[in-house]
This record gives sequence, C-alpha cells and structure tokens, in this order.
Amino acid sequence: MKASIFITCICDSMYPQVGDSMVRVLEKLGVTLDFPPEQTCCGQPALSSGYWEDAKPVAETMLTAFKNSEYVVAPAGSCITAIKEYYPALFEQNPDQYRQAKELIGKIYEFSEFVVKILKKEDVGASFPHRVTYHSSCHARRFLNTDEYILALLKNVREIDYVPLPHEEACCGFGGTFAVKLPEISEAMVDEKVRNIFETKADVLIGTDLSCLMNITGRLRKQKSNIRVMHMAELLDEGMRT
Amino acid sequence: MSERPALQLRDRAVKALKDDQMRQAVRNAVDRLSGNKEKAARELPHWEQWREQTRLIRQHTIDNLDYYLKMLTDNVRKAGGQVHFALTAEAARGIITGLCQQYEAKLVVKSKSMVTEEIHLNPALEKAGMEVVESDLAEYILQLAGETPSHIIVPAIHKNRYQIADLFSQVAGEKVESDTPALTRFARQTLREKFMEADIGITGCNFAVAETGSVTLVTNEGNARLSTALPRVVISVMGMERLVPAFEDLETVLSMLPRSATGQKLTSYISVINGPRQAADIDGCEKFHLVIVDNGRSRILADEEYRQSLNCIRCGACFNVCPVYRQIGGHAYGSVYGGPIGSVITPLLENDFAFWGELPYASTLCAACTSTCPAKIPLQELLLKLRAHRVSAGYTNTFEKIAFGLWKRFFKLPGTYKFAMKAASLGQKPLVKNGYITARIPLLANWTNSRYLPAAADETFRDRWKKRKKQVSP
Ligand code: SF4
Repeated sequence: MKASIFITCICDSMYPQVGDSMVRVLEKLGVTLDFPPEQTCCGQPALSSGYWEDAKPVAETMLTAFKNSEYVVAPAGSCITAIKEYYPALFEQNPDQYRQAKELIGKIYEFSEFVVKILKKEDVGASFPHRVTYHSSCHARRFLNTDEYILALLKNVREIDYVPLPHEEACCGFGGTFAVKLPEISEAMVDEKVRNIFETKADVLIGTDLSCLMNITGRLRKQKSNIRVMHMAELLDEGMRT
Repeated sequence: MSERPALQLRDRAVKALKDDQMRQAVRNAVDRLSGNKEKAARELPHWEQWREQTRLIRQHTIDNLDYYLKMLTDNVRKAGGQVHFALTAEAARGIITGLCQQYEAKLVVKSKSMVTEEIHLNPALEKAGMEVVESDLAEYILQLAGETPSHIIVPAIHKNRYQIADLFSQVAGEKVESDTPALTRFARQTLREKFMEADIGITGCNFAVAETGSVTLVTNEGNARLSTALPRVVISVMGMERLVPAFEDLETVLSMLPRSATGQKLTSYISVINGPRQAADIDGCEKFHLVIVDNGRSRILADEEYRQSLNCIRCGACFNVCPVYRQIGGHAYGSVYGGPIGSVITPLLENDFAFWGELPYASTLCAACTSTCPAKIPLQELLLKLRAHRVSAGYTNTFEKIAFGLWKRFFKLPGTYKFAMKAASLGQKPLVKNGYITARIPLLANWTNSRYLPAAADETFRDRWKKRKKQVSP
C-alpha cells in the first residue's frame, strides 16, 4: 500500500523524531511512503483565529502537495480536524479547489486511525513495560472519534500498564492562539490537566496531537516533572523494536 | 445597550482566577451538574433522537418566528391578557415601569428571569420608587449581596453556603445556620411575607405556547407560582424567541431542559399561565401582561448562521462542560450571559464587535459545548465565525495582524517556509537550555510564563527525510 505523509509544521520543526517513528512503524507494516515536499502547514493557527484570508494561500499548499496521493497520514489530529472542519468553507468560492479539498478530506487519516481502520492492524506486535496514561485530545474525542483506535492499539501492546486519565474529556488549554491571548486561563487549564496526570502515577503520557503534547510537556517541565511524553507512533516504534 | 465592564476580558479573567473560593465553588458545582446530566442522558433512551427533536422544534419555531409570535399574541389577547413589544432594552424598561406605575405598585416580587437581567430592569424600577424583591433563593442571595447571576441556571453558583449564611445572618440580625434546610427556611419565611404584600409579580418565561397563548415557567422552588398567583397583576417578560408552537412540543423541550440543566427528570413545579383569572377560576391575577423583548434578536434572526443561536433553551449545560467557564466562573465574561452561549450571543445582542468581540476568543474551540447542547447548536462553529467576523471588520490588534501577515508570507511557499524554519532554529540558539526555550520571547512570552517551549530541532523532518532517501537510493 502507498501513502503520503503530512508532517505538520510543529512536527517538522519541533518533533521530527515523531515523524521518523511514524515512518518506521508504517514501513514495518508494509506501507510505501512518500513525502510531498510542497506541504507546509494546514493553516489552522490563522483559521482558528479568524484570519481566513491569510490562511488561504497556506492551505493551498496542502491541496497541491497531496493532489496525487492515495492516502495521507498525519501525526496530528488537530490539523486533520482543521482540514475537515474549515476547508470546505474556506474554498467554497472556487469549485476546483473545493473539489480538491473534498478529495483531501476523503483520504486523510490520523496515524492510529490509519493503522487500525485502513491497515486493519490492532496488534502491531509491540511490547512496552511501562505505566501509561492517554490524553485524548478534543479533536480525537469530539471531531475525529479516533479514541477507539488508540485504545484498540494500546490493548494489544504487551506488558503495558494502562491507566485511564481522570477528566480525560477536559481540554488541555492550548487552543492555538488561545494560550497566547488568554495565557492565565490556559495555564489554569493545563495545570488541572497536569494534576490529573500526576494522579495516575503514570511514567508515560501519550497522545496523538503534538500541539496538546507540547502544551502539556511545557507545563510538566516547568514543574520539574520528568514524566515521559510520547506520541502514539513513538510508543509503537519503541515497542516494536524490543 | 448595557454598560461595558471597566476591565478587558483578560484582566477580568486574571481577577477571577485569584478568587480561590469562587473557583472551588464553581468546580464542585459544575462537576456535580454535568455528572448528573450525563446520568440523565444515559437513562433516557434515544438521547440523540431527543436532541434532534429539540433542534427541529426550535429551528422550525425560529424559522417561522413572525408567524408564531402573531399566533401567540392573538391567543394571549383572546385569553384576556395584554401584549407589548419592546424593540430595545430601554423600551422594555419603559413599558414595565409604566405598567407598574399605572397600577400604583409599591412592592414588586420577581421570579426566574434572565431577560429582566438583560434589560437591567431592577434598577429602573427602584429608581421609579418601587421596592423589588427577588423571590428565588439564588436571586434573593445575589440581591442581598449586590451581585449579578454568574450562571443562567444556578445564578449563585459562585457562592458557597457559608457566604450565604453570612448574608442571611445580616438580614436576620441573628445567626442563620449554613445548612441547606436552614437557609431555605429563612428565605422562605422572609419571602412569603413579601408575596402577600406584593402588588405586582414579574416573571420570566421558559416557553410561551403560541397555540394556546400560555406562558410556562419551570422552577424548583415553586416561587414562580406564588409570584403569579398572589399579586393582582402579573407581568411576564420574554425574549422574543422563547416560544414553541404547540403544547405537545413542551413534552420535548421540558424533558430536555431539566435533564440538561441539572440532571432532573422534571423540575418540581411547572406553572402555566393562561391569561388573567376568569369568572370560574378560584385564583390567579386580575391583569396579565406579556412583554416580548427584541433587544437585538431580530438582527440575529437576519443572519442565517447566527440564527441557530436563538435555538437555545437556556439550560446552562454548555456552561457546565466548558473548561474555560470552569476556571473563571461567569462574572469574568462581563456580560449578563456567560459561558459558551454567552460568548456567542453577547456580541450579537450588543451589536458590538470592538469590545464584546473579545468574548468568542474565550474558548479553545474544544467543542465540549456543542457536544452537550440539547438543541444541537454548533457553538464552536459560531464562535469561530464570530472571530472571522471580527477580523474582517478590522477590530483585532495591529500586532496580531502583522504576525499573521508574516506567517502567510513565509508559509505559503515551501521555499520560504524552509527558510523560516531554518531561521527559527538558528535564531533561538541563545535562548535554548536543555532543549527548551525558557527565556522570554516577545510573541510567546505570555505562554512561556507558565510553560517551557520546546526548542526547534536542529534538523527538520524534511531535511532528515531527504538524507534518508539519499542513503536508501544513492
Ligand atoms: S446553548 Fe445549548 S447547552 Fe448552552 S444553554 Fe443554550 S441550549 Fe443549553
């Protein structure tokens, strides 16, 4: 099977190792990957802040980059949500772009969703002997409904000690520019999230969205906690090697 | 138009975040309320179908609002009541104050009404020389404390019972215990006397029924009943959208309202007022007036998308699940209506995107509100649309505008994007310690005050990918 990877700007610049992990896992599962170099960013920061005109040319890079792809896989639920939620309205004036946006929406998948739904793999043969909790991002939970895929994958990881996160449904407080515009509220939110994470006594926190993970890690480190924060792809990658 | 608070949203929020007692009270209450709601939703089979039914009823009513308002008006008049339309808050205050003066009222009892808060009725009546007493426990507490509601269903959610006991003790001149029965007993005794003396009862309206010309009120304390049965004159005040076509529609909306609000199957009391007392009636008022308030609603109605916000049944469920409301409580919103729905309707009702346009940013767009709303209002979509509306109207700050302008220039082409990434990775060098940027950087300083920002990697994924490909296929 062939798929293109959409690396998202946060992954590209701050977490390239997550991209590497995703590539290794998918290749081991027999997928032939390519990286269309025209991609930059989905445009979410501008879209969610109301700057639709600025977002348009950036979002267009996505349409061009993945025009010929069969499947598109990304390590970030929120970017996929942005594409699914905003692109139809963003491109509604231009029938050609609107059609391309619809096509992209039809073939783009969050990493764990792609593994379970498309590759039909719930057990990738990983083993991970740690106490793990999972932060379900708002996108995973309320837009993409990808929690079930994550949980299916986790269930089949050997030796894992999975503990559910209390108040799992609560937003971590990032929200893109929200965290910059109203930083004190955002801090109160991430603080509560971190308190809940501590309560689980987990050694590892996993998620499927790098912006939430970045926000939570930032708070954990500020509080001098060294709980490991990993993307689901990193967990599987590490687990498949041992 | 109502007064703007002196502080900006962020300053109001900072102030609220320092009030530990309030935050604790709000957190406890919303956890309980949303937990009860979840349970109630699970117990009612086909919850999603009930939501859809609620949405359909509301949407149909709102899409045909002129028709049903006319029907309501005709039927209220047929039943012997009088109907008044108020285009603005000022007009509404004028009508109600005028009626009270016409009936030479000295004491007015009020029950259950957010819309009278919206139009700032109490100060107007007091200025005209009347005594106004809030008859619901929570509103009474707030009246004593000189505060406004901070939640549309649980108006005194921000207070704990010790604070309430203190307020009551001051009125009583002796210590009132802080347990719920003692508090309720005190309020009841004090208020019963007022009911007997009151000349006029003013109520809100949960739903008016167009087909029968009735006004329905749902309460847990039953005070609405006293406010409507004892005084000679009753004035019901309703927002223009607060109606349903027929009595049978109440089955749906009155099933969803208490379940979504508090998790109750039904509220304790449902009062239905059908005009003034008739010859055969044993009780009821002699005169009945219905005041229908527009105050910006027709403007919302005129926009096809924003119109959905009028579908709200004011259950408050979106407040209870909102992670922002949870942290800052209702007063920080600065408006009569807080929470997600307040952030949507305030800029619209006030027709003010410069000042109130900030409110739609008081959300992470996590969509918890949308997923709980019994009327299926796409709240986070409307918040997003309001943001775009504000930007296109030119009300955002210059700094942000420049930032997104630059972002666009660098991110719209892979070449310039790559350049920007490289520049960021090099430029950050002096700021990085152990992989994190701990120093203040102008744009993100606010965020980094409470979090460490990860440094950009030395090598982007795309560079690594290129190398990897070279290794694989020389
Ligand atoms: S917007 Fe929906 S959830 Fe919020 S108060 Fe209105 S009906 Fe209830």
